Amino acid sequence: MTNDEILAKVRTLLVDALSVDDDEVTPAARLNADLGAESIDMLDIVFRLEREFRLGKIDRNELFPESIFAGDPEFVEDGVVTPKGLDYLREKLPYADQSKINAFAKNPKLDQIGDLFTVDLIVRFVAKKLAA
Amino acid sequence: MRWIWIDRFTAFEPGKSATAVKNLSHAEDHYAEHFPGFPVMPAALILEGLAQTGGILVGEANQFREKVVLAKIPSAKFHAEAHPGEQLTYTCDLIDLRAEGGVVSGRVTCGDTLICEAEIFFAHLDSNRARQAFGDDNFVFSGELSYLLGQAKLATKQLPPAG
Repeated sequence: MTNDEILAKVRTLLVDALSVDDDEVTPAARLNADLGAESIDMLDIVFRLEREFRLGKIDRNELFPESIFAGDPEFVEDGVVTPKGLDYLREKLPYADQSKINAFAKNPKLDQIGDLFTVDLIVRFVAKKLAA
Repeated sequence: MRWIWIDRFTAFEPGKSATAVKNLSHAEDHYAEHFPGFPVMPAALILEGLAQTGGILVGEANQFREKVVLAKIPSAKFHAEAHPGEQLTYTCDLIDLRAEGGVVSGRVTCGDTLICEAEIFFAHLDSNRARQAFGDDNFVFSGELSYLLGQAKLATKQLPPAG
């Protein structure tokens, strides 16, 4: 399956999960800031990815590492993601565009971390899973 | 006030599907206001009945050990109104179940008339929030719902005891 084919399916799935218009679901669209996804939606999205792509059970932390979002003190200090947190993020998201994580690492404010979680990230995640 | 929006289970297949009925009475309070002189069951209450049917289906799949809460209704479509004197049939099929929660596909009919279709997403509370916040007592499947769980048991021969 090509990334364009994956994107088309992901787009349909996000339209259903988030009640957004399909032209809003661009690769660069951020799940939270642009598409209005909340934490329970992330779980819904994981369920739908499993069903749509027959991926088997996905640990949701593979796609949305919760320890960081939840402000685990090991990973987040005073609203800033620690170097250990950044390592964890890189380890959890090996399929992400690393240049985006590097850009985030320059000013790693927790309230900006949602910007990493885009439609493109989901497409990359699915591509990696399908290739496995 | 009682907050039970189904009357009885008529079929229950553990881990697969559940069917319940709800008889609509003009004596129900909501008809007084919704609407004066033209009683129509509020769509949100129709969904509540569907969610109760589906929630018990999801809860039973783990022998009612999980605290099952309605997390999200990704889609709901309403095709017809429901009036006093009618009997609604709620049918839910379990389409996904995992540690964090479950998803049901539901429909509500009155005779041959389709009233509502909805997908409902339930979360297992302890899998999504710290256990200490809610304790070990399963407050979801207790109290008012106990009677319905008994009805669900009657609708199947395979149900283990609730609680």
